[in-house]
Amino acid sequence: MTEAAPDPRDELVNHLGALRAFAISLARNSATADDLVQDTVVKAWANIEKFNPGSNMRAWLFTILRNTYYSFNRKRKSEVEDADGVLTGALAQKPDHDGRLHMQDFNAAFEHLSDEQREALVLVGAGGFSYDEAAEMCGVKTGTIKSRVNRARARLTELMGLEGEDKMELTDTVTAGIVAQQSAA
Amino acid sequence: MKRPQHARPRNEQADREIDENLKRAFDQIASEPVPDRFTDLLKKLKEKEALEAHNPHQLEEKSSDD
Repeated sequence: MTEAAPDPRDELVNHLGALRAFAISLARNSATADDLVQDTVVKAWANIEKFNPGSNMRAWLFTILRNTYYSFNRKRKSEVEDADGVLTGALAQKPDHDGRLHMQDFNAAFEHLSDEQREALVLVGAGGFSYDEAAEMCGVKTGTIKSRVNRARARLTELMGLEGEDKMELTDTVTAGIVAQQSAA
Repeated sequence: MKRPQHARPRNEQADREIDENLKRAFDQIASEPVPDRFTDLLKKLKEKEALEAHNPHQLEEKSSDD
C-alpha cells in the first residue's frame, strides 16, 4: 500500500524523554511513571492509524499518557500515593544561581497541587503547549486550563512564601547545602 | 472606578520563576538517556509486526476481533 510514506511510529523514539518527564510530573514516582510511558508507547503503536500525520505527535502522545494515568488512578484510588519527588529531585540537583525558589519548599508545595493543577501547569509552564493545546489534550475548555494554571501558580506562590517584598532567596549557602545533600544521597 | 477585586496583583516575577524552575526540571528529565526498556520495547513491537506480516497465522489468538 503506502510503503513509501514515512511511518509515524519511527518518530515515537524522539518523544520518549518528554513522555517520561510528563509522566514523572503527573505520577511523582519513577516506577509508576515508567509504567505509564510503557503503556503509552504500546497504545500509540497499536493505534497509530488514529494519529493524524502532520499534527503534533507530542500532544497526541501526552494525551494518551494522561488518559492512561487517570484511568490508572481510578483503579488504584484507595492505594496510598507513593510520591518520591523525582521531578523536584531533579530541581535540587541543579540549582540555578539566579533561581530564587527555595527547592525544598518547591518540592513540598508541588505535592500540594491537585492532579489537574499540576498537569495544567506542567503542560503550559514547562511543556511549551498553548492554553488551547492543553485544553484540547485535557478535554476541557481553554478557560478551565487558564484557571487551573493560575490557581496552581497562586498556590505555589503562597506555599513558598514568594509573595511580598522579602521573598525567599536561594542563597549560596542553601545551594551548597542542597548540592551536598544530593551527592551524599 | 472600581479597583480590580484582587487586592494582591498576580506576582509575575514569582510566576516566571515557577515556570523557569519547572521547565528546567522537565527539560533535564526529558534529556536524560532513555531507559533501555523503552528502546527494547519499540524493537519488540517492530519485530512482532514483521512476524505478523510474514506469518499471519502464528499470532491468530492475539487478534480475536468480536
